[in-house]
Amino acid sequence: MAQVTIEHLGKTFSEGTEAVRDLSLEIGDGELVVLVGPSGCGKTTTLRMVAGLEETTSGTITIGDRVVNHLPPRERDIAMVFQNYALYPHKTVYENLAFPLKLRRLSKPEIDDRVRRSARLLGLEDLLGRKPRQLSGGQRQRVAMGRAIVREPQAFLMDEPLSNLDAKLRTQMRAEIHRLQRELQATTIYVTHDQVEAMTLGDRVALLRKGELQQMATPQELYDKPTNVFVAGFIGSPAMNFVGAELGRRDGHLEVTFGQQSLRLHESEARPGLEAYIGRRCVLGIRPEHLEDAALESGAPADRRFRGKVEVREGLGSEVVVHFQVEAPPTLTEDVRELALDVDAAALADLEREQQLHETVFVGRFGASTKAAEGDAVEVVAEHGALHFFDAESGRRISL
Amino acid sequence: MAAVGARARKPRPSGAERMILGRRLRVEGVLRFAFIGLFLLFLLGPLYWVFVTSIKPVADYQTVPPVWFPDSPTSIHFSAALNDLRGWTGLKNSAIVAGIVTVVSVLVGTAAAYSMARFRTGGKNLAFWVLSQRIMPPIAVVIPIFLIYRELDLIDNRFGLAALYVVFTLPFSIWMMYTYFRQMPVELEEAALVDGCTRWQALWKVAWPLAAPGIVSAAAFAFVFSWTEFLFALVLTSNEAVTVPVVISQFLAFQAAQFGESSALSLCAMVPALFLGFLVQKHLVRGLTLGAVQG
Ligand SMILES: Nc1ncnc2c1ncn2[C@@H]1O[C@H](COP(=O)(O)OP(=O)(O)O)[C@@H](O)[C@H]1O
Ligand SMILES: [Mg+2]
Repeated sequence: MAQVTIEHLGKTFSEGTEAVRDLSLEIGDGELVVLVGPSGCGKTTTLRMVAGLEETTSGTITIGDRVVNHLPPRERDIAMVFQNYALYPHKTVYENLAFPLKLRRLSKPEIDDRVRRSARLLGLEDLLGRKPRQLSGGQRQRVAMGRAIVREPQAFLMDEPLSNLDAKLRTQMRAEIHRLQRELQATTIYVTHDQVEAMTLGDRVALLRKGELQQMATPQELYDKPTNVFVAGFIGSPAMNFVGAELGRRDGHLEVTFGQQSLRLHESEARPGLEAYIGRRCVLGIRPEHLEDAALESGAPADRRFRGKVEVREGLGSEVVVHFQVEAPPTLTEDVRELALDVDAAALADLEREQQLHETVFVGRFGASTKAAEGDAVEVVAEHGALHFFDAESGRRISL
Repeated sequence: MAAVGARARKPRPSGAERMILGRRLRVEGVLRFAFIGLFLLFLLGPLYWVFVTSIKPVADYQTVPPVWFPDSPTSIHFSAALNDLRGWTGLKNSAIVAGIVTVVSVLVGTAAAYSMARFRTGGKNLAFWVLSQRIMPPIAVVIPIFLIYRELDLIDNRFGLAALYVVFTLPFSIWMMYTYFRQMPVELEEAALVDGCTRWQALWKVAWPLAAPGIVSAAAFAFVFSWTEFLFALVLTSNEAVTVPVVISQFLAFQAAQFGESSALSLCAMVPALFLGFLVQKHLVRGLTLGAVQG
């Protein structure tokens, strides 16, 4: 296995689409890096450039210690798992696995040995004689994985390998890929638009937007310290709540105001960088899991509470997801618009309507015993450390 | 889901209903067989008549009532048609012409279609333009082509005729293969490239085998077209290069129509076409690419 380095990579398609811009990533030996981002952000294009299926417009790609920019795919010694698996329909499972080895002129016994070893690793032993069309979705997925690992390549490239499976199978295969990757110590670039996959699989996660890297970090850091509104809104489900707010000072403490309501900042949230924003507009972000029904947290101080009106209540058994309206204008930055559009066009329309009404819909994940009912007023507590602040113009996290 | 629910809710038929249902099924069955029978008669009747005519003595040709099967079948028409009346020459010419056309049309058609499907050669419109060449009625160009061929000294030349047939069959071959390559996921070839193929190997080891049904249909079309084409063969050949349809037509043009001989040669001409039909049927297995891609 080898390290993969991408430096200042750029791709502009002939008709002018700039799919990737100045992208630099380093994938360590044996590391699994996930490229994640909304559809159309350039993930597949990046992966295809690494594979050699797409020419680069600028930048360099290094696999191991070779610059591979001008090598054809077959000389790059990488394996790729395609979204639709791309199994050879006219070959049996055995032949599919043996194909890359045959092309490398390995001896018959060696091929047989390797095919059987990979098949065992993936539980495909009984399927070796079948054609791809006689396999279920999950089995095809395994064969596609098998065809990649049988090669023992320098690196694995996977383009949304689980997106064609149903939810249950996806979870199972996700764990399986995880296990295999650890077991083989395989340098892997994994592309997905599913942030749960990204968070669970990635040693590190690179989040892309419109061809540009937003942040590359461990899943935990991405969650705790998103660099901007876009990252904050993309990572986490349900997504972080955003509201237009203003910072101020009262009794020597920092305080954030949205609409008519204010929250006092906890020490863990009161970074010195915020001082510069006093009296200015900013974006306040709070994750749904950091909100709780005040009725369930009687000890919570009054200055960490705010009120809203319950719109929708979704009981999940273990918890209740409550959508509630707060009187304050939502933020409609470019980032927020794009995040909404990634859900669907209706989500953006909803946001625009809320903007007109000066109402923001928050989502909270409350304890299962909450009594919040649709139409009721509800008082909500923001946990310590829950408040994220972003610059209203640039959308960047206010740090330091 | 909905369909399953609907089926489950449908009440089971009562006894009376079942009888009505049963009768309806019987009536349907009878009608179906009657229809198929008529269709077969329509299809095979003429073929049978060609067959009996080819073995009838001359006296039995046009009797009233007709002779359904001759008392003393004869094979003289076959030897006359094949040996004395240039039947063999026609068959040989047809085989050469059709063979050349099939090979060239498929090779050139596949290459052109692959390039159009994978590299967008000719942009968006070339593919349709190619197909549109088939829309023109051939008769419109008979005279100009005759004149051109006379200038080029290609009259009564097998290769000249084959070249013309390639021009006629190529649009179909290209179109057929184009749709095949278009519906074949690019990822298959890309997977092959990553797995270690060169471009040519990817074409040869992956794309070509998967396009086999398309190749077989295109080849069958080119062969059958060249085997049966009459108009241009009649105009452009006279002696050396005559093809089977032209030879057969000449039998009927003599003072006394030689029904036996023409039937005999027609039968001989049908054999390769029938044989091809069986071959093609076996290879025309659609949906070979099913399972390559999870949908
Ligand atoms: N072959 C191509 N020609 C032109 N534009 C392309 C091509 N492939 C992708 N694009 C464009 O490049 C952008 C990035 O695409 P892609 O890498 O497929 O995104 P992702 O995989 O993140 O969904 C999109 O705007 C897409 O329309
Ligand atoms: Mg993609």
